[in-house]
Amino acid sequence: MGSAPEAAPRSSTHRNPLVRWLDERFGWEDLLAPLRHKTVPVHKLSYWYFLGGITLFLFIIQVLTGILLLLYYRASANEAFESVQYIMTQVQFGWLVRSIHSWSANLMIFTAFAHMFSVLFLRAYTKPRELTWLTGMVLLFLALGFGFSGYLLPWNTLAFFATKVGTEIPGQIPVIGKPLLIFLRGGEEVTGATLTRFFGFHVALLPGITTLLIAAHILLIQRLGMSVPPSQEAAWKALPPSKREMPFFPNFFARELMAWYIALGVLGLLAALYPWELGSKADPFVPAPAGIRPEWYFVFMFQTLKLIPAKVGPIDGELLGILGFGVVGLIWVLLPFLGGDRYGRRQVFIRGLGVFALAYMLGMTVYGYLAK
Amino acid sequence: MQVLLGGGLLASAVSFLYPVWRYLVPPVATDLGGDSVVAAKVGELKANSGKIFRFGSRPGLLVRTADGEYRAMSAICTHLNCTVQYRSDVREVWCACHNGFYDLNGRNIAGPPPRPLESYAVHVNGDDVVVSRRRGT
Ligand code: HEM
Ligand code: FES
Repeated sequence: MGSAPEAAPRSSTHRNPLVRWLDERFGWEDLLAPLRHKTVPVHKLSYWYFLGGITLFLFIIQVLTGILLLLYYRASANEAFESVQYIMTQVQFGWLVRSIHSWSANLMIFTAFAHMFSVLFLRAYTKPRELTWLTGMVLLFLALGFGFSGYLLPWNTLAFFATKVGTEIPGQIPVIGKPLLIFLRGGEEVTGATLTRFFGFHVALLPGITTLLIAAHILLIQRLGMSVPPSQEAAWKALPPSKREMPFFPNFFARELMAWYIALGVLGLLAALYPWELGSKADPFVPAPAGIRPEWYFVFMFQTLKLIPAKVGPIDGELLGILGFGVVGLIWVLLPFLGGDRYGRRQVFIRGLGVFALAYMLGMTVYGYLAK
Repeated sequence: MQVLLGGGLLASAVSFLYPVWRYLVPPVATDLGGDSVVAAKVGELKANSGKIFRFGSRPGLLVRTADGEYRAMSAICTHLNCTVQYRSDVREVWCACHNGFYDLNGRNIAGPPPRPLESYAVHVNGDDVVVSRRRGT
């Protein structure tokens, strides 16, 4: 084995001595170069480009506040509720940290959904961006997983029943349902064992996978550049001098930071003015309270399940609903592969599908809140 | 050579993953509940009311009808597992989760529940209201 040749010393002409020091050691400037060359198209729909970034920002908030909650939270059926109570009443600003974590979770799921629909309607998901869509969809499901697993952690009555119902749903799937249910619950029933598992998912498994996927998602976006919606593309083609873009760094980046700042303001306001409630401690020997409902982002599915009759022909209505949502979810993930050409006729159909899905989700959610 | 190497790698992968796979499945908990339980004391329940009692690790529902009769059934909704309650206003068993209704024999009569609640036998033994699983179910 020979020794590797000494790397030739780099020389850097950067003015800032710190940057020069870094640049001479590992080519810092080369790393930044792609960001400097990247441009962001400027047009009347450019605002939608911010949604993904805001979702990322809220995720970062979740990681930070989540780590803070970990200092006092205890994951066991006997202590979880009390430890959250302790955070809320004894720890200074504990109520605020928890409130921010809860509000930001909800806002993050909202922005992730909005982001998904915006890239669908701006047709940014078609070739060559199939993988960006795919990683994005998985990230959306992971966000829902975060929401679902986190919701149980305070171990209150609503969360207890939400988890019972929510884990029973995959349990209905033929063949794999039962083992899956036992795996999720850590047993036949929702108990302290479920809490421990959900805690592990929530603070270790999901953050790890999510971080990797975010990296992949962003790398793909960096490689592929920003997509321009077809209508805008056509307008620029017709009149090339009208085409406008801005450098990603620093121009777009500065605007993105402004957006984050506004998001932080909204988040702080909501968290401080409407502190998250804790409810009452879960008790397996108390009936489900009247008016029970899952978190708002599951309400459209919840309401659908409520409306399906017990039996549809020979099969349980329940199973039908679950399989239905499963199939729709799968189709959604595969949309870029089903839609064909970016300018093809099928895109019109997919847009219609998107409008229908959005209307269905909004309608069912509102219905779910109005129905008793 | 290729086969040997591949087979060896596969064997070690299996030997690592098998314990992990088994580890993921929790040990089966034994339900020490037994087949009967004292669900309430005589006189504890007014007519036209109900209470949840512990049947082993699971909840059961004891109802005293308007005529003063006792009925008992599993309190676990056959739809998606919520805990049901007795509604004195409609004199039926109700699940709040998705608005399911059962009659006082546990039969599913409205809403999404697909099957009846398991019904239990009740008898009064001195001061105790005793609930027991029916034979052969
Ligand atoms: C590394 C990241 C994260 C860590 C370490 C973490 C940690 C925690 C902890 C310890 C709790 C229990 C304390 C409490 O209930 O207030 C909790 C609750 C919760 N988490 Fe997270 N979390 C993380 C990310 C997320 C994300 C990304 C979401 C949502 C998309 C989320 C949603 C929730 C929700 C909804 C609750 C329940 C809040 C409540 O009602 O108290 N978390 N989290
Ligand atoms: S769980 Fe009882 S009606 Fe759905």
